[in-house]
Amino acid sequence: MTGKLMMTAMLSCLGAGWVCAADEAASFHQEMPEARQVAHVLDRLSFGARPGEAERVEETGVEQWIEQQLHPETIPENPTLTARLGPLESLRLSDREIITQYPPPAQIRAISQGRLPPPDDPELAVLVRRLAERDRTRRMRKNGEGISKPGWRDLLTPEQQMQLRRGTPEEKVAVLTGLEPARLSDLLFALPPKMLRQMYAAAPVDLRRRMMFSLQPQQVVVADLVEGKLYRAIYSERQLEEVLTDFWFNHFNVYLNKGVVRHLATSYERDAIRPHVLGRFGDMLLATARHPAMLFYLDNWQSASPEALARLRKRRRGALPRLNGLNENYARELLELHTLGPNAGFTEDDVLAVARCFTGWSIEQPRKGGGFRFNQMLHDEDAKTVLGHRIPAGGGIEDGFEVLDILASHPATARFVSTKLAQRFVADHPPESLVNRMAETFSETEGDLREVMRTMLTSREFFSTGAERSKLKSPLEMVVSAVRAVDADVTFAFGLSVVIEQMGQPLYRQEEPNGYPNQSSGWLNAGTLVTRLNFAQALAANKLPGTRVDASRLGKTLDAVARTLLPAPLSDRSRAVIEAGLNGRPRSPEVLAALVLGSPEFQRR
Amino acid sequence: MRRRFFLHRSAMAMASLGVAPHWLVRTALGNQTAPKRNQVLVVVFQRGAADGLNIVAPYTEQRYYSLRPNIAVPRPGQDGGLLDLDGEFGLHPALRALKPLFDERQLAVVHAAGSPHPTRSHFDAQDYMESGTPGRKSTPDGWLNRALDNPATETSPVRAVALDKRMPRTLDGGNPAVALSSLKEFRVHGAAETFESMYMESADAELHATAQESFAAVRTVRALAQQPYRPANGANYPGGTLGPSLQQIAQLIKADAGLEVAFAEMGGWDHHANEAPQLARMLRHFGDSLAAFHRDLGERAADVTVVTMSEFGRTAEENGNRGTDHGHGNVMFVMGGGVSGGKVYGQWPTLSYSKLYQHRDLAVTTDFRAVLGELLTQRLGVQDLSTVFPGYSPGASLGLLTSDTLRTTARWPPWNESDS
Repeated sequence: MTGKLMMTAMLSCLGAGWVCAADEAASFHQEMPEARQVAHVLDRLSFGARPGEAERVEETGVEQWIEQQLHPETIPENPTLTARLGPLESLRLSDREIITQYPPPAQIRAISQGRLPPPDDPELAVLVRRLAERDRTRRMRKNGEGISKPGWRDLLTPEQQMQLRRGTPEEKVAVLTGLEPARLSDLLFALPPKMLRQMYAAAPVDLRRRMMFSLQPQQVVVADLVEGKLYRAIYSERQLEEVLTDFWFNHFNVYLNKGVVRHLATSYERDAIRPHVLGRFGDMLLATARHPAMLFYLDNWQSASPEALARLRKRRRGALPRLNGLNENYARELLELHTLGPNAGFTEDDVLAVARCFTGWSIEQPRKGGGFRFNQMLHDEDAKTVLGHRIPAGGGIEDGFEVLDILASHPATARFVSTKLAQRFVADHPPESLVNRMAETFSETEGDLREVMRTMLTSREFFSTGAERSKLKSPLEMVVSAVRAVDADVTFAFGLSVVIEQMGQPLYRQEEPNGYPNQSSGWLNAGTLVTRLNFAQALAANKLPGTRVDASRLGKTLDAVARTLLPAPLSDRSRAVIEAGLNGRPRSPEVLAALVLGSPEFQRR
Repeated sequence: MRRRFFLHRSAMAMASLGVAPHWLVRTALGNQTAPKRNQVLVVVFQRGAADGLNIVAPYTEQRYYSLRPNIAVPRPGQDGGLLDLDGEFGLHPALRALKPLFDERQLAVVHAAGSPHPTRSHFDAQDYMESGTPGRKSTPDGWLNRALDNPATETSPVRAVALDKRMPRTLDGGNPAVALSSLKEFRVHGAAETFESMYMESADAELHATAQESFAAVRTVRALAQQPYRPANGANYPGGTLGPSLQQIAQLIKADAGLEVAFAEMGGWDHHANEAPQLARMLRHFGDSLAAFHRDLGERAADVTVVTMSEFGRTAEENGNRGTDHGHGNVMFVMGGGVSGGKVYGQWPTLSYSKLYQHRDLAVTTDFRAVLGELLTQRLGVQDLSTVFPGYSPGASLGLLTSDTLRTTARWPPWNESDS
């Protein structure tokens, strides 16, 4: 489409209203040329193509490749990913194990004040005792009680001190790795946080995790979670599963920085989201409803029937100060964000009734990593009416199960879920015809998400010109697709998460239950475009710590570099502008790659 | 709202390409009759729930001292005592830099202010306060962004700025706003012209429009950040978080860059244990930063109003660790040349047992939206508060401001004299 035509189209659209319905509908009927289908499926089912990947998809055949991606368990995993995930131990632990092995600050304080015993594991006990000791020293210093700082200098020779202060990051790390274990352990607890952080990128992963542990153990859990996500996005061959895990976590969003969620998010993603992304929607819904991360994030664990509470208070004379009675937070988001969608016709009475059904759905000792617990004593035992369904009195925990069943099989849920998926995979304003067929599949298969995905990914709308290149990449998609395109070797994914955060998408830290925007407009922001351009240049010039790029392999000419990095050819305009801009300047592969990664074309998928 | 935003920006984009019809350009640009110097609203958020009862303390109330035997600030005149404000309330001594401003009536205190929502979760309370809709989670944008929702004139690329790495909820939404952590670092590191031409030539209308905003903002900021900034009138900003943020806001204001609203924040107020020394240290930074800002602005302070807020207050009674726990009502400051200061506003509910919220916290007698609403209508020219604070109906005016120095949107660019 030429610029002038585009403008004309836009003007007529503006005349007609927000969506140019007729034009858009037509574009979803127009099939894209077959030659562009490979690029399209890679753009949508993966976090962007890696070099050589288009050829592989071509060889397999587009349809067959989609089918493989719909069955991730049949795809052999990339050994690089296995190697990267190996050291990130907390990813494989239970909530309780995480809290014991990576104690949060409050727990360390409790141990330092003698309110809690140190852990049983002797090795861990030594570390925790050190953390507790340091906590005590810090508090005394804050109180103005003079205690001399433990001197890290005393632990090192003058040469080592010099290297640690003035050396390159690699030289600094070499000082540490050269120490005997006991001394290294002392040093890690004595070094100022800033010095430790400066060494993160250069340190081997095990040492880096020990450094983080010595600063704040819980930080290791957060780093493992973030790095695990990025390594999978970058290296996994099961790309659709990763894209979907990102999508569904966002759909059932929890916020990492809300209290105990920090040590619950790991199992939430691993056990409640990931196993179900190509399974049944109802199973995922139930798994999230029962998971302590969700119960805590949306406060349901503290929700109690006011009458039950009054009865208990009378009996126990004013105990239970925590509980305020009914909390509607989860009930409202369950209806509005997780299932039916906004404007689906549910009423305030429905919200209230759902909240009453979930009273008593709580957590066994949230601060100790306990799991789901139904507290019969706090449950509202009266009859309720939810969306016209009568839920008889005395149902206990069954009330909640029944509500979830009603919601999972509700036609509004089928539509809402289908619309959101189509927004993610097809277009910001997906065609009605497609959403209808997806919703039908959803209802016919009792919410089998693999079938819903198949309906969408084999549809003519998915392979239409209306869908092609219509989505703006989110910061996560932009960074990961760039890293994949240049085939970077990433050994410190946490560094990339900082860039993604600077673009406005701190991973696992979207506070609102709505999650991050599913539509392109949410990512158009004046401040962060600048960050995208700077990232493109830093990546290509090999300036991101822990991410190595060999730009010389990307090609020597502008066209060659563009062919490697972009799924579709560079537009004539961008090409002309880059040629003009390069006039007389050296065209190193780094410069060319930076310009292509920062181009408007690369911001879309 | 998104739609209006889109219309506005598309029209701008088309205008720049010379293909937009005249009516569209007129609608998008509006008429430019605003005075050159515009009013600026600066919002400072104290994240973590600052202890309002020790920031401005009711020292004539014996209950204050009996509830806080270890951490109450001594009465005025005593060693380390409060700075008397009005014979009833005293300012924490670490805020001594702000005392002259109160005396010169440029600083007003609103006490027992806050959100009516009962939550004691930092996360929820901040969310509600920033969205401006207590109790409603799904509000997509922040109150300060909605307050900008009158793009009747062409506005500055730095009309709304948050000194922050990411857009804070307060300023997030459909109206263009820029989040940046440092004016100095806000630039494209290389090949800026090539990138700019690439986006300006691009047929991608959405990216074109965003890029236009971005490069305009970068250019504006680059132009004024060329010279090292020197605060005026001997103002001395402390290092740390709030000081540098306010200094950069002052820089934008004095450059007449078209700034209308700014957001800055300072975290770390959650003092559950050993509160006194920590609060004093933080208040010193807080007060010194605000005072430096006011001094630096000089006579421009007449056009600038600062409001401070925190998600909730803290328990009236100290806890077992010489700290305080999450509470309810709190104190807000309003500072600026047009402020009717020198007074503690709000109805004081007292700390008597029966008057405490849930028998433990200072009650809220002034809704935070009453304070913000007054500033928005009288300073930013917001006509209809119901779009900014849906579901909230303001009561009688508090009278926080001296006059209605109302203005519409800032003229941009400032040299574009228009006599229509």
